[in-house]
Amino acid sequence: MRRDYALEVLRDHVGPADIVVAVYQSCFDWLALTDHDLTYVATGAMGQASSHALGLALACPERRVFVFDGDGSLLMNLGSLVTIAGAGVSNLHHFVFANGIYEVNGAQPLPGEVDFAAMAAAAGYARTGTVEDIEVFRSDLPGVLAADGPTFTALKIEKGADYPWRYDYIHSAEARDRFRRALNRDSR
Amino acid sequence: MNDIVHPDGARIIAGLKQAGVRFVVALPDIVTSDGLLWPISRDPDLHLVRICKEDEGISICAAMAYSGTRAVLLMQHTGLMDSLNALRAIGMDYKQPICMMVGLQGKEPHLPADQSASYGVRIVAPVLDAMGVSYSMIEKPIDVSMITGEIDAAYKGARPHCFLIGRAPVAP
Repeated sequence: MRRDYALEVLRDHVGPADIVVAVYQSCFDWLALTDHDLTYVATGAMGQASSHALGLALACPERRVFVFDGDGSLLMNLGSLVTIAGAGVSNLHHFVFANGIYEVNGAQPLPGEVDFAAMAAAAGYARTGTVEDIEVFRSDLPGVLAADGPTFTALKIEKGADYPWRYDYIHSAEARDRFRRALNRDSR
Repeated sequence: MNDIVHPDGARIIAGLKQAGVRFVVALPDIVTSDGLLWPISRDPDLHLVRICKEDEGISICAAMAYSGTRAVLLMQHTGLMDSLNALRAIGMDYKQPICMMVGLQGKEPHLPADQSASYGVRIVAPVLDAMGVSYSMIEKPIDVSMITGEIDAAYKGARPHCFLIGRAPVAP
């Protein structure tokens, strides 16, 4: 399943009030495919997307929070699976784009193969699954999003089209200000 | 050494509430366990988020700040050292108001931190100085009075602040 195709499927379900926390290549793809104001790109340190998402889910319980994580990233913060499950948030949907490599760091392989969905289930996520096929994903996604969270979906993906690596933007004050303005504008 | 006074846990918690803190994000630390974390866990006005590793807390507190939601990260100095890259990136590079309460486990109550026999305790303040992170010592009862103002200043100034707890707070 191409990552950009999977993101296009997700795009159809992300509403204007939903928050998206995206990292690295999934973030770069998402930025090219959408102009979603509530895209949170300021995760700062590798592995931290799920924790930022938890903070947003706790502080904004009226919103859905989508996390577009990476497999290498999540391996740096596996404890966050337990923290998220223990925090009692029902509005967090965690998607891991798994390609087995550190794509933006030279495409080096991960240390090993991991069943992320099994890990999330063991940690206590309310619903977990692994998807390899785009049509299956398209069919399953409404059920995932209708379920009480936290939900976890591992997406076995491959690279899609080439999208620019917008590091300057994701680390910029402009990106943070845009998110902050959108979050507080929409909550009025 | 018998006349050493300790800060009052109830007053610290009151200071957090007065600053508008709604969430406490925490890993246990023996310095603050009885005087802060256990009472906070029973306090209906504060939402406790128990985490697995301290850098999670840096991210959780930062993300909450975007909606104006105030939080404090409670941890041991070893956890602070483990979180420096997150603090560097999210707190300093991104200018986010990460407020931390850090127990100086191993610090002798009668000695200043820079005279501690513990290397881990001695280096905390110099490391924060090198990073440009502001900090305050919380050791004596009077030190507690600065908490509300420092948290308020951190949020208004969009910068981290660290409270270094050098003596175990007295349990309420």
